[in-house]
Amino acid sequence: MSKMSRRKFVTAGLAATAGVSGLGVAANLAKRYGLVPPDSGGIYGPGETLTYAAQRLFARHSLAREFPRSMISKVPFANDMPPLNDAFKRLQAGAFADWRLSVEGMVARPASYSLADLRSFPVRSQITEVVCEEGWSYVAEWTGTPLFDVLKASGILPKARYLVYFSTDPDWWESIDMADVQHPQTLLAWGMNDGDLPVAFGGPLRLRVPRQLGYKSVKFVNRLMVTDSLKGFVSALDPKSPNSGYAWYAGI
Amino acid sequence: MAHAPLLRNEGPPRHTLLVRVTHWITVLSFLALLVSGVEILISHPRFYWGEVGNSRTPPLFTIPIPSSRATVPSGYGYVLPDQNGWSRYLHFEAAWALVLTGLVYVISGLWTRHFRKNLFPAPQHRTWHAFHGVIAKHLRLTSPNEADSRTYNVLQRVTYLLVIFGMVPLVIWTGLAMSPGFNAAVPWAVNCLGGRQSARTIHFFVSTFLVLFLLVHIAMVVLTGFASRMREMITGVSAAPQQRTIEHIEERT
Repeated sequence: MSKMSRRKFVTAGLAATAGVSGLGVAANLAKRYGLVPPDSGGIYGPGETLTYAAQRLFARHSLAREFPRSMISKVPFANDMPPLNDAFKRLQAGAFADWRLSVEGMVARPASYSLADLRSFPVRSQITEVVCEEGWSYVAEWTGTPLFDVLKASGILPKARYLVYFSTDPDWWESIDMADVQHPQTLLAWGMNDGDLPVAFGGPLRLRVPRQLGYKSVKFVNRLMVTDSLKGFVSALDPKSPNSGYAWYAGI
Repeated sequence: MAHAPLLRNEGPPRHTLLVRVTHWITVLSFLALLVSGVEILISHPRFYWGEVGNSRTPPLFTIPIPSSRATVPSGYGYVLPDQNGWSRYLHFEAAWALVLTGLVYVISGLWTRHFRKNLFPAPQHRTWHAFHGVIAKHLRLTSPNEADSRTYNVLQRVTYLLVIFGMVPLVIWTGLAMSPGFNAAVPWAVNCLGGRQSARTIHFFVSTFLVLFLLVHIAMVVLTGFASRMREMITGVSAAPQQRTIEHIEERT
């Protein structure tokens, strides 16, 4: 081996070692600062991690665009819905007077709220766009209670990392991280365009997460569960899971 | 071992190692983006202009294909299966690969003056006359001579620059302008395009342009000698070693 090629060999070796240990350090830092999404395993993990880490690093507190009243869609689109169950229909017949939202998991004081209870919290309205992963969208005014106010009232424990929220259909649930839980635009919406939230759009209660795609804004929400881990929930990549193999983070 | 230098083409390679590696990673990323992009398009083959648009608003135009959603009035009596889960995963992973590879390519291209030396048209070629000359040569189907295949003509240079610095950045920008998280952070990126649905429509047209570029690019590779063009982009070594070797021997003697 000549001198030149030995030097090249050593340089390449050092560069490769630096590269690999750099990646290792980056992975550790990303984990420590909560930049790794729960579906970071598998062949699509690197892309998902880059997207999630980039948006959390550079845009953790940014606000979704809000629109002037004149841009509210005249014909919003409600999308398909799974058939509603009997329990829901009974509650609907009673004008949702008996609808309850339970708060459980890693909170100091588990609670249960009626819609009237939720309305007694400070009210917030926002005109934001519902963006479906299929490509279509509409703008509406959403009125409701900021999610974080409701969870704060129950005392979120310091170890909490995610919120899992369930629809009236127990197989329909989604989850978000604490950045979106604490975000001022994440709204437990009970009103839409100056009226009650219609059933077709998720009434009586829908969790609006306007910085993510529509499938994270679950309709008919009746249960909030604070947790430190999504282990034990069906894998996000499992096509039989509620989100049919869709990415956990839907900010893109 | 002693004969090897005679068989090899001496001098710098036709394409540097960095250009060759980034070229093929881009090929793989682009194909993944194309397949997954078409798949995502099938879930809503309607296009709009402005901020919003959905199955209840009039489209700018529609693609006459069946859809993977029953809510889309496609005119077909059946609904294709939903494949958006893996398609969206693949689309964004390939987009990251394309962006990171593109950054390496552009930064190194500026550093090594690759763009100035090989892609910006030489001053004497920045004329309509030069353009006409190249186009006429193409129309006459003249096969490139040795000098032509060692460099890019003015038409190639302008096209490559348009793709590298125009179309690819635009397709990335319009893609990002559909991300609700990105739009929250950088609202002007979508607002200045006229809204989210405008961004989606531009994304579709730029993608279509890139597919056309790919088809012409492949056609030209085939027409000018598939084997030698592929050898150059894989090994970096140009074709016609026979003639070169003789020249080199003559020079040396």
